[in-house]
Amino acid sequence: MNFETMISQMTGGMTETIGIFAWTLVFSLPFGLLIAFGRMSKYKWLSTIVKLYISIMRGTPLMLQLLVVFFGPYYLFRISMGGSWRFISIIIGFTLNYGAYFAEIFRSGIESMPIGQYEAAKLLGYSRIQTFFMIIFPQVIKRILPAMANEIITLVKDTSLAFSIAYMEMFTIAKQIAAANTTFVPFVIAAVFYYVFNLLVAGVIGLMEKKLNYYH
Amino acid sequence: MYYLEINHLRKSFGDLEVLSDISLTLEQGKVLAIIGPSGSGKSTLLRCATYLERMDGGDLTYLGEKAVNMDEKGNSVYAKPAKLKEIQQNFGLVFQNFNLFPHFSVIKNIMHPLIKVQKKSKEEAKEIARKLLEKMGLSEKENSYPYQLSGGQQQRVSIARALALNPKVLFFDEPTSALDPELTGEILKVIRELASEHMTMVIVTHEMNFAKNVADYVIFMDKGVIVEEGSPDQIFTSDNPRTKEFLGKFD
Ligand SMILES: Nc1ncnc2c1ncn2[C@@H]1O[C@H](COP(=O)(O)OP(=O)(O)OP(=O)(O)O)[C@@H](O)[C@H]1O
Ligand SMILES: [Mg+2]
Repeated sequence: MNFETMISQMTGGMTETIGIFAWTLVFSLPFGLLIAFGRMSKYKWLSTIVKLYISIMRGTPLMLQLLVVFFGPYYLFRISMGGSWRFISIIIGFTLNYGAYFAEIFRSGIESMPIGQYEAAKLLGYSRIQTFFMIIFPQVIKRILPAMANEIITLVKDTSLAFSIAYMEMFTIAKQIAAANTTFVPFVIAAVFYYVFNLLVAGVIGLMEKKLNYYH
Repeated sequence: MYYLEINHLRKSFGDLEVLSDISLTLEQGKVLAIIGPSGSGKSTLLRCATYLERMDGGDLTYLGEKAVNMDEKGNSVYAKPAKLKEIQQNFGLVFQNFNLFPHFSVIKNIMHPLIKVQKKSKEEAKEIARKLLEKMGLSEKENSYPYQLSGGQQQRVSIARALALNPKVLFFDEPTSALDPELTGEILKVIRELASEHMTMVIVTHEMNFAKNVADYVIFMDKGVIVEEGSPDQIFTSDNPRTKEFLGKFD
């Protein structure tokens, strides 16, 4: 197999990998914020449940979680899922897992905000929702961006775990081509791909940090 | 009608009673200074009057409108949220450490509440903000961010922000305590100017000369009670041993 065919076969995998990455972010960021609210809830039962959830998600392997989500419907309820389930279950699995990590980052950011910001907003007549989304959250984003960057870069690499349920993303395809042609080249291509992907992600986050540098 | 009226205010944190039976009234255009040693409950009093702390007992009235009522046992009963919100428009608070919004420019700090809370148009908000910044001598700083300003300038912005909402009563909690000594003068000058325009104000301060010169009425608090109150002349020439001892520390 020549280099071009290899690349063209792997391009499909790259698209899938980028898809897993993007959809996971789209769902896990809002989900993480929601989890963070639950974790900070004044209702003890809710914060306890959410705390347990976060510790399970962080304390068990992501690969295992992906398997559980993928096979769960069948093993537990004997329900056969459709053909797109493989992809959907991956996004669900990643979202459940990354949501937990993001939640802890959101929480630490929100809890680091000085109480005076809330009090000033209250005195000026802002509603609680306005206070959070206009005053608190924009400042939280600036505070948590470095921690978020770490997590998001880990996500780029973690997308390869989708191979555990034989999803045709970048890594799975690279492995197949390498095995079929007894060549090392697909791994090199995969490595370059992940590396460049990460550089781009880090670059985008760097730009965001710069953009938020207008205040201290 | 009093602009502000508080009766039999009680407040505890756990077992610690911080305010016991505080009553005061304030007429339109008057300046009330509250003095007293650290921990006497001055901030807590202001925070109760501005809803930042919940009163345990007593009532709270602005311009004849009851924000907090008293039941027959003297316990506080708060009005409905909508009513509280409506009454809240009557007062503003200037904090010791400014609490400006660091991600907003100076002018946005002032305009944003006008637009988002009072639903004013952008143009109207800008006009109000510019006028106040000019009054505070900060016209050329409108596009700066809070971190680029001195403490005194930040405090002037926070006063402008509070004034923009056009409160009937403005509270100050030690507005100069976080400032370097050479910067306190500019804030005191602004407050003096507001007093000459008959702004109704309650000022907690450690600046005794300022209290003496600007206030119409002075309350001396200690350990959660009002020890003595009266005109500045009465308080600053008082024979009360506790008042004398406290004021003696400032000579
Ligand atoms: N949130 C709180 N929880 C528990 N105790 C509190 C709280 N806020 C204030 N206190 C206590 O209440 C008492 C009065 O505090 P307050 O801040 O009102 O005093 P102050 O007169 O403003 O003092 P200072 O001049 O130092 O500002 C103090 O003993 C303080 O420790
Ligand atoms: Mg105080």
